[in-house]
Formats: sequence, C-alpha cells, structure tokens
Amino acid sequence: MQLHDVWFVLIAVLWTGYFFLEGFDFGIGIHTKLLARDRQEKRVLINTIGPVWDGNEVWLISAAGATFAAFPDWYATLFSGFYLPLLLILVCLIVRGVAFEYRHKRTEENWQRNWENAIFWASLLPAVLWGVLFGNLVHGVKIDAHKEYVGSVLDLLNPYAVLGGLVTLTLFTFHGAVFASLKTTGDIRERARRTAAVLGVLTLVPVTGFLGWTQADKGDGTSLIVMIVAVVALVAALGANKLGREGWAFAFSGITVVAAVAMLFLTLFPNVMPSTLNESWSLTVGNASSSPYTLKIITWCAGFATPLVMLYQGWTYWVFRKRIGTQHIADAH
Amino acid sequence: MELALAPETLARWQFGITTVYHFLFVPLTISLAALVAGLETAWVRTGKEKYLKATKFWGKLFLINIAMGVVTGIVQEFQFGMNWSAYSRFVGDVFGAPLAFEALIAFFFESTFIGLWIFGWDKLPKKIHCFCMWMVSIGTLLSAYFILAANSWMQHPVGYKYNAANGRAELTDFWKVLTQDTTLVVAFHTLTAAFLTGAAFMVGIAAFHLMRKKHIKVMRTSLRLGLITLVIAGILTAVSGDSLGKVMFKQQPMKMAAAEALWDKEQPAPFSVFAYGDVDKGHNTVAIEIPGLLSFLAHSDFRSPVPGINDVNKSEQQKFGPGDYRPNIPVAYWGFRWMIGFGMSSFAIGLAGLWLTRKKFWLAPGLRTGDEEPPQLALTKNKVLGARLSKWYWSLAFVTLGFPLIANSWGWIFTEMGRQPWVVYGVLRTSDAVSPGVSQGEVLTSMIVFTALYAILAVVEVKLLVKYIKAGPQELTDSDLNPPTKIGGDSTDADRPMAFSY
Repeated sequence: MQLHDVWFVLIAVLWTGYFFLEGFDFGIGIHTKLLARDRQEKRVLINTIGPVWDGNEVWLISAAGATFAAFPDWYATLFSGFYLPLLLILVCLIVRGVAFEYRHKRTEENWQRNWENAIFWASLLPAVLWGVLFGNLVHGVKIDAHKEYVGSVLDLLNPYAVLGGLVTLTLFTFHGAVFASLKTTGDIRERARRTAAVLGVLTLVPVTGFLGWTQADKGDGTSLIVMIVAVVALVAALGANKLGREGWAFAFSGITVVAAVAMLFLTLFPNVMPSTLNESWSLTVGNASSSPYTLKIITWCAGFATPLVMLYQGWTYWVFRKRIGTQHIADAH
Repeated sequence: MELALAPETLARWQFGITTVYHFLFVPLTISLAALVAGLETAWVRTGKEKYLKATKFWGKLFLINIAMGVVTGIVQEFQFGMNWSAYSRFVGDVFGAPLAFEALIAFFFESTFIGLWIFGWDKLPKKIHCFCMWMVSIGTLLSAYFILAANSWMQHPVGYKYNAANGRAELTDFWKVLTQDTTLVVAFHTLTAAFLTGAAFMVGIAAFHLMRKKHIKVMRTSLRLGLITLVIAGILTAVSGDSLGKVMFKQQPMKMAAAEALWDKEQPAPFSVFAYGDVDKGHNTVAIEIPGLLSFLAHSDFRSPVPGINDVNKSEQQKFGPGDYRPNIPVAYWGFRWMIGFGMSSFAIGLAGLWLTRKKFWLAPGLRTGDEEPPQLALTKNKVLGARLSKWYWSLAFVTLGFPLIANSWGWIFTEMGRQPWVVYGVLRTSDAVSPGVSQGEVLTSMIVFTALYAILAVVEVKLLVKYIKAGPQELTDSDLNPPTKIGGDSTDADRPMAFSY
C-alpha cells in the first residue's frame, strides 16, 4: 500500500467522520421545524448539539485541508468544478454557525424567529447538496485533459446525483431524529422516537435504490458486502428504535452513514474524480497526489493528531452525556 | 469595463474582501482568548469575584468574535480551490501541508475546547474549565502560526524545488518552511499586533464604563490588564515590525521601495513622510523626507544605499523577462503609513494611560479611590481639573478602541498587494493562478453574495457587541460561584436548569 493510498483512506475517514457527526447535527437543525412544537422544544434540540457542532464541522475543514495537501489536483478540480453548490454550502455553513451563537443573544421574538428559520434552511440545504456533490463525485463528471471541469451547473443535476441528495437528506434527518431521542427526555423524546420510526422507513427506499444503483454501476464483492451492512444497519436501527433501545438505534444509524460513505469511496478507488469524457483523463490517487515527501510529513501529523482528536472529542461527548429536557432550559431566553 | 470585471480582478477583490473581513475577527479572537484564560486563572487562584465577572464579560465578547472568525475562515480555505485552482495545483504540495497541520492540530483544539468552555460551566470543575480556555488559546496561536508559515512561503518561497515534469512546486524541506526567518518574524509581528488589538479593545471598553462610573471594580482590573498588555504588545509590535522591515528589504526590495515611494537608488536613503507622485513617469512631484532614516531602517546604519522602484523593476525584467513588476504604489505607500500610524497612536494612548494610572497617582494610598468609587486619574492634585482631564482620557481611549483593527487591515493590504504581480514571489504570477474553468458570472455571483452577507453580518455583530458592552458584566449566581467538583456535574441535579444554554 502506497502513501497516496493511505491518504485516500484517511480522507475517506475524515469525510465519513464529518457525515456521521454533522449528519445528526444537520438532522437536528431540520427537526427544529419537523419535531419541535414550540420555542422551548426548539431550544432543547439546539442545545443537544450546542457543545459539539463546532467540533463536528472541523471534520469538514480537515477533509478539505487534507485534500489540498495530499491531492492538490483533486482539491483544485473539485472546488473549482463544483463552484456554485459549494458557494451555497458555504453560505449555509456561515449563516448556520452564526445563527447558533447569536439566536439567544437577544430576546426579541423577531430576532429569534429569523435565526431559527436560518438554522432550519441552513441545515436542510447542505444535507441535500452534499449528497448531490458526492453523487457526482462517484459517478464522474466532464473533466478534460488538463484536469479541469468543463461541464455546467446543470450537468450536476443528473438523476443519480439527485437521488444521492435525497439519500443524504433522509438519512441525516433520520440520524438526527434518533440522536434527538437519545439526548432528550420527556415528551419530546417520545415524539422523536415516533418520528424516527416513520423517517426510517422513508429513508430505506432511497438508500437501497442509490446504493443498489452504485453497486450495479461500479460495484464489486467488497462493495456489495458494505452495501448489505448499510441496509441491514438501517433496518436494525429501526428495530432498536421500536424497542426503545436509543443508544443502539443511534449506533446503527451511524453505521448506516459510515457504510454508505465507505461504499462510495470503495467504488471510487483508485479514481478520485472519474472523467466521463475520457477514462484516461480521470483523476486518480496516482496522478492527483502530492510528492512522497509531503505525504510523509502529513502522515506523521495525521498519525499523531487523529487519535488525539478522537480522544478529546470523545471526552466531550462523555462530559455532556446527560439528556436534556424542557425543564433544563432556563426561561430567560 | 471589460478589464475591470475580468475573473482575475474579481477573484482578487474577493480574496481581499474575505481576508480583510476575516482578519477583523482573528486578532481579537487570538488576544481575547489568552486574556480571558488569564482572567479565569486569576479567579481559580484567588477566588476573587471580580475576576470571574471579568472572565464572563470578556468571554462573551470573545465568543461573539470567534463565531464570525470561524465561519469566515471556512471561506478562506475553500476559495483557494474555488477561485485559484491553478494556484492550488501549482503550490498544493507545499502550501497544503501547513494548512493540513492547521486543520488537524489547531482547529480541532479550538473548536472542541470552545464547546467545552461555553457549555461546561456546570459540568466541569473550575480548574478543568480554565484548562479548556488555555487549550482554546493555544489552538488560536498554533492556527495563526501555521497559516502565517503558509503565507510567508508565498512571500519568500524556500524549502521547495520546481518539478518540470508535472509543472509544480514540490516540498523538499518542511522544517525550513516552518522556521525560515520570514515565518518567524511575520508570526512575531502578527501576534504582537493581535495583542495590541485586543488590549486596545479592552482598554476602550473599560474606559467607557469608568467614564459612566459603572462596574468599577471589574473595569479597573480590566483597564490595568489592558493597559499593561497594550504597552508591552505595542513595544514588541514596533520591534518586530522593524525586523520584518529589514527582512523585507532583503527579500522583497520592490515592496519596500514601493512602501517608501523611493523611485531611484539613493545613498543615503531618506525616509518619506509625505509623497505625491506620478506612477507613469516614475517620480514624486511632492516629497517631504527625513534624510538617512530609510538607510537605517533597512541596514541599521545611516549611509547604506537602498535600491528604488525603477532599479528593482529593471533587475526583475532582466531576471523574469519583459513586463511591469511594480505593485500599486499609492496603495503600498499609504497602506504602510496607515498601518504604522494607527497602530502606534493606539500604543501612545496606552502608554499615556499606564502613566496616568500608575501607583504614585491613581493607585497611591493618599489619592486612591476605593474599590467601588469612581476612579479619578490624578493628572494633577487639583480635584476639579483632574476629573475633567480623566474624562478626556476615557473618551479618547474609547473612541480609539478600533484603531489597531484599521492598522491590521492596512498591514495585510500592504503585505499582499505589495507582492503583486506575484502570488508566490518570483515564482508564480497572480494572473497565472486563477481558476481557468470558473466563469466571470460565477465569481461575480459569489463576490456579490459574500459581500452582501458580510455586510449584513457586520451590522448584526456590531449591534450585538454594543448591546453586550453596554450591559457590562452580569451579577453572579450561586451556581457561578460554586462550580461542580466532579466532571459531568453532580448526580443530584438531574432536573436543574443548565448554567448555559442557547
């Protein structure tokens, strides 16, 4: 295994971590309209992710930074090629981050409502867009001999990619509902479980369809196994949710996210961005990567930092392990 | 019109706007994190309530700023790939490494521990809570260091070789990128200027409350902390600025010649106080100068020659082929002066404040006003005159609290525009760095969207800051004063409201 293969795996891990973590916090953002009945319940939901959403988002920053360092050509083609969707995602992430921090800082009804709307839309849109983006990434886009994206924005809206968007939207919303049932107490916890039961069934359809399509298109034996894991985990999450085993339900919905992302990266390898114009113009781990020296340096960094990050982020989840209910939220806001 | 809206021009404007906007929040965040950590440490060690109140008050202002700093930082990272894909391909092997270090080491630190700090008041024992703030502070410092190493490489590329086979720069010595003199001096200068910024902010706000005779105990402490930091940071900013100037005279003679509007080589070279020139003809029509001072700034003696803009332009033409290698000279010239002018006036105000509040006067036993009494700067023993002069000083300190922010912005504009037409000095031209596949419409759209969003958020941010500054430190509750002794909080408080919630 060469170093650029290691970095392909590491970047896959960073994206997987990102979707696992921010997946449920996008879901929570969506549930502020779907699940919460009043302002107090919205606040309960927002507070379940309050201490962690910022740390979750850094997985994205690291995935992007690592791609820049390990595969400059991948980074350049991806970011300049998917210009407008990324612009939209950036705007959402800006608005969303500010909304969490600023919503409670004034008590006016209008102020709070505006930021709550911002949280909902800025969680929903990226949840869709990431799926569309990854759909295109795996499926391949128009890349010319100079590694440049030459398609248009409309090319990005092909059926496979749109289905991908539907997968991330439903899966993150389900993952968020399960997280809500795990982290809250009282009335909202029960409702989160009931919502999750419905959402899980709704999620099953696009997930099976999209992963099946991926498998038929580019799959092999390994990807088939991972696909089965993803679907079985989703069914298991539904079962655990039904039985009221919230911790297990969350673990299983998490495994679905992990397996689904893993399957995408498995079918992508050794490409990082296949070209639909000419196979030989595809970006691969070989032709898009940095020099062995740079890869060695950042491997040391990642080898040292990644376990540490997992350790202290894990500690954060442990510190804030208690459930939150409306009674825990002070009235003042 | 055609040229004014060229994708390169738009991408440059967008980079400039994003960077300057991002850098309004970064220095405040860096310095306030450390100052808040210091105040919390004082509380942990002494148990004095004023320190806890100060920690919470300045912590809130810090959080309002870091929220904006973080979200605008993501745009910074993404726009390299979005607008400057040719640049990313060319330098990713070198430039990406410090960026990856920043993300993997510094950002995770910062973002994870900030969550623990905000929500951890009733979940963590106070020592651990305080430790989290130090982690945030270390995160911000490391982050600044890595990104400055990346930027310094663009100013003075080292530790790489050009690989003709795939047409890109490749890293050969990462240690050199992290520790070259440019990186060290730039980091020193940027960080001291960051502390100058936070200290001036703190002094201004403390002066505002003291002027209104409110929150005296907390604000006296904050004022002194701010003043001491301001003066130390001011001296170090000047010292580091001087070393940075000397490094630049060696590495980027064009930038310094432009900063001085020095057209032709002079020996000894004078320092320009005011200049008005004709860029096309390459000379100044009006110039007020101090003889020999520029030679001293560049070489530490009053006699050595300093090459001018025309000389450097000629030598670069010989080296890199025909072309115009001059940056925008008025911007470089005035940017350099605004940076020094605004930064140093803030330092002067701090120095005056420190002298006015020294032990002999304000804090001296005879003249000392009690902890809760409105303090009076004892400029004179005449009580009436003293009160009036004090008020003048408070107002001055308040209205100048944003001076270093202006200085920082001009500093970056100078340093980035002074390097043009190069994006990597002597290696890659800015015009060769833009994304070839991105259309004018796309760049224009994103520039309009970001600028509008930034404008709206700026209004929101200022409103919030004003609200929290005016409100001043809050009264403490029992749970503030009695933090948990166990991680995760006590088991008996299952239904207690959280100490902090969104």
